[in-house]
Amino acid sequence: MSNEATLHGHSEVGTSHDVHHGEHEIHHHKETFITKYVFSQDHKMISKQFIITGIIWAILGGLMSVLFRLQLGYPDSSFPILEDLLGKWAKGGKIQPEFYYALTTMHGTVLVFFVLTGGLSGTFANFLIPLQIGARDMASPFLNMLSYWFFFLASIIMVCSLFLETGPASGGWTVYPPLSALGDANNGSKAGMDFWIVSMAMFVVSSLLGGLNYISTILNMRTKGMSMTRLPLTIWAILFTAILGVLSFPVLFSGLILLMFDRHGGTSFYLSDIFISATQKALPNEGGSAILYQHLFWFLGHPEVYIIILPAMGLVSEVMAVNSRKPIFGYMAMVGSLFAITILAFLVWAHHMFVTGLNPLLGSVFVLLTLLIAIPSAIKVFNWITTLWRGNIRFTPAMLFAIGFVSLFISGGLTGIFLGNSTLDIHLHDTYFVIAHFHIVMGVSAFFGMFCGLYHWFPKMYGRYMNNTMAYIHFWITLIGAYLIFWPMHYEGLAGMPRRYLDYSGWSSFNQFGDLNRFISTVAMVVFAVQLMFVFNFFYSIFKGRKVTSENPWGATTLEWTTPIRPGHGNWPGEIPEVHRWAYDYGKDGRDFISQTEPIGANESSH
Amino acid sequence: MSTIFIIIILLLGFVITFQIAKASEYVSVLKGEKKAFENNNRINGFLMMVFLVAGLIGVYWCNELFKGKVLGEAASQHGKQIDSMLHITFIITGIIFIITQVLLFWFAYKYQYSEKRKGYYFPHDNRLEMVWTVIPAIALTILVGFGLFYWFRITGDAPKDALQIEVTGKQFGWIFRYPGKDEIFGKKYYQNISDAKQNSLGLIWDDPATHDDIVVNTTMYLIVNRPVKLIINSRDVIHDVGLAEFRMKMDAVPGTPTTMWFTPLYTTEEKKKMTHNPDFEYEISCDQMCGSSHFTMRGVIKVVTNEEFILWRAKQKSNYASVFENTPAAPGKTDSSNMKAAAVINTNAASKSVAQKN
Repeated sequence: MSNEATLHGHSEVGTSHDVHHGEHEIHHHKETFITKYVFSQDHKMISKQFIITGIIWAILGGLMSVLFRLQLGYPDSSFPILEDLLGKWAKGGKIQPEFYYALTTMHGTVLVFFVLTGGLSGTFANFLIPLQIGARDMASPFLNMLSYWFFFLASIIMVCSLFLETGPASGGWTVYPPLSALGDANNGSKAGMDFWIVSMAMFVVSSLLGGLNYISTILNMRTKGMSMTRLPLTIWAILFTAILGVLSFPVLFSGLILLMFDRHGGTSFYLSDIFISATQKALPNEGGSAILYQHLFWFLGHPEVYIIILPAMGLVSEVMAVNSRKPIFGYMAMVGSLFAITILAFLVWAHHMFVTGLNPLLGSVFVLLTLLIAIPSAIKVFNWITTLWRGNIRFTPAMLFAIGFVSLFISGGLTGIFLGNSTLDIHLHDTYFVIAHFHIVMGVSAFFGMFCGLYHWFPKMYGRYMNNTMAYIHFWITLIGAYLIFWPMHYEGLAGMPRRYLDYSGWSSFNQFGDLNRFISTVAMVVFAVQLMFVFNFFYSIFKGRKVTSENPWGATTLEWTTPIRPGHGNWPGEIPEVHRWAYDYGKDGRDFISQTEPIGANESSH
Repeated sequence: MSTIFIIIILLLGFVITFQIAKASEYVSVLKGEKKAFENNNRINGFLMMVFLVAGLIGVYWCNELFKGKVLGEAASQHGKQIDSMLHITFIITGIIFIITQVLLFWFAYKYQYSEKRKGYYFPHDNRLEMVWTVIPAIALTILVGFGLFYWFRITGDAPKDALQIEVTGKQFGWIFRYPGKDEIFGKKYYQNISDAKQNSLGLIWDDPATHDDIVVNTTMYLIVNRPVKLIINSRDVIHDVGLAEFRMKMDAVPGTPTTMWFTPLYTTEEKKKMTHNPDFEYEISCDQMCGSSHFTMRGVIKVVTNEEFILWRAKQKSNYASVFENTPAAPGKTDSSNMKAAAVINTNAASKSVAQKN
């Protein structure tokens, strides 16, 4: 790869790495298949690599959930086909406990990290940052490329762990020691756990390379006139996401390094007073604290949920304004609440640990800080609703998913008020109430944000539209299905039904939900099938979708719609446009929309 | 066979959907994009309203359906407090839920595209934003206030007269230790643990306080209306003592004992009558992922009257007695490895057992 390829972008706001001077036309390098599609340094291609990897991961992760829902819904039935496909993991056509736990662990890991972090941030940060701030590419296209390839490496290692004889990690996606540290206590904690840790280490590297790049690009490479307060909310959201990631992922990394030492170095960071029943042996480790790991993990783990949800919020804000044909309500309040959420995200981690024996006084501080997050969240919800008020709403598929996002975010956010209150957490901790809460508020919501973004920017990514009819079916079944799956789980949780059980028939307190579990499993399978239809629509439309014929099909104000329909590397063929106004002049002075590139008119009203 | 059949049906359904989707795209091109768009917009706007109404009815129906299956009468004083906190939270969040969801879908329906309307340029309004900063803040202050009030009562010190029981989780079961007549838990050290030698907790027999300690598996006996303080340990990985009926929960962490206390209000027999379920049992569920048989890690709590409890305890043989029954001169003759271990860690274990006595 020639170094030329990395440098042919030329930002208008002079940055330190400007090597070329005085040339504004795009260089046309001879691009080979490898430099164009594989080791590409074009942010748009990298973003496509992220989304396609993300989609593959999402199918795998979703399929895992279908498998374990099969067990939960039909604990007494056997499915011989599973034995044909999975061998010893489904002996006699029944999912074996170890495999069940491997499935839930991998489902969590894959969706939280590989899909909703890598897939979501990776895709939209890469795609939208240069296009919306008016830059030719990222601050460092090479690091950006490395970011994807570390992500790919992490993926490969994680996939390999699925094929180990002792199975992949199976101690839950949070991999709490001592269970995750002791191979003798759990088969999944043998080689599978090492693979998990190494894969996550690669993932952290990828996330840091990406995050640092996003931050430096947003801060340094905005085009002329693009002040921070003129940025679209997507960029603000991505900026805060990147800051969260850069500050918290290293803490997870350190926690995992200590775990590695405990596993193989004979240290006792997390281990103390352990006698393993399976081997009838007491371990020599004394003085460690298993709770230390939980502090380190959740110091990432909680910001992680905001790393997942903030980009979705940004995408939704943007799409909602465009399709309501009016400005997003309370732009500064939206930025302020993103900022508040970012700060608070670092101060609430111990609300995952109310029942670990945490000092009650400390617990009470975390209750206060946790419930504070509800205030910026409420501001955002009310602002979204007000954005709809007196709009002129076009229900594009993207807009539908944006509205669905807000509905789910309300539902899931409100149950967070239950769980963040330590008194209620005593009863609800580790029950299905938690499952329902976080799947709605960060799982499905974030997916809705992602779908919203994909449907909206697909024309920019591929120069074609996705099929609308399939998109509408996709939206309505997914929204209804998501509620049908997760809403009833709240009730199971209120009954105290613990998560991570594969069969409740031995329990008199929790066996009253057999029918409900079967119902949930059935709906889950239908919803999964509809997601496959989305995947089909996505790939089919890349090649066969209706062609985009105008530069700005949605009538949006932001810069990405001033590029050619299929922009080359460098984005704008001529000079990068100059920005004269904020991103939300919709319906101003009787005009449908005013692009950011249009100078303020003499008689224009100020907002 | 049926699997293949289902797959074929799914594929067929998929192909049909795809064909319809493609056809409708062609139709929209023929009819004119604008007309097709307006048509779709009307349908989706209508569905927004349908979803709202059906959703709210569904929520109500779901509540009715599960009313009897979820929160039975809480069986402890703390549980009743938690339930009332739940109700306060339900009311406040319920109101917010209905208002916001109705506004969201109703606005979406009402302000759907119309050729005549233009989006209203309304970028911000400080007064409105103030309102919806302050109102949630007030609601949350109420919730935090009530929450912490109950939290400190539940996690506060156990009453002096509380029955003390040590609970130990292991893969995959529960071990309970009662201090015996001296009301003191004897010292223990995890290196002494040996299931073969019937010393599942690693008690140090040199400490006379261990001699009357009663160790039982699976079933724990509690006295009705008498506060109980559980001192919770784990032998291997993290477990969690989950008591759904009492609404209590606390992790069992190896190396770091935790505690919780509560007062059972109904005996198992009373609860059988209350629930009209002759098989009713108070169950202990492990609520923290602990390995491949996590889902079977069940314990049982029998809440009995004081008299029944005394009778039960009198029938139990101490762990010490069942180990050394046939070798009377026992303590001096425990095997040397145990002795050494005990000597080495004596101070360590002593400080731990002091912590447990409280």
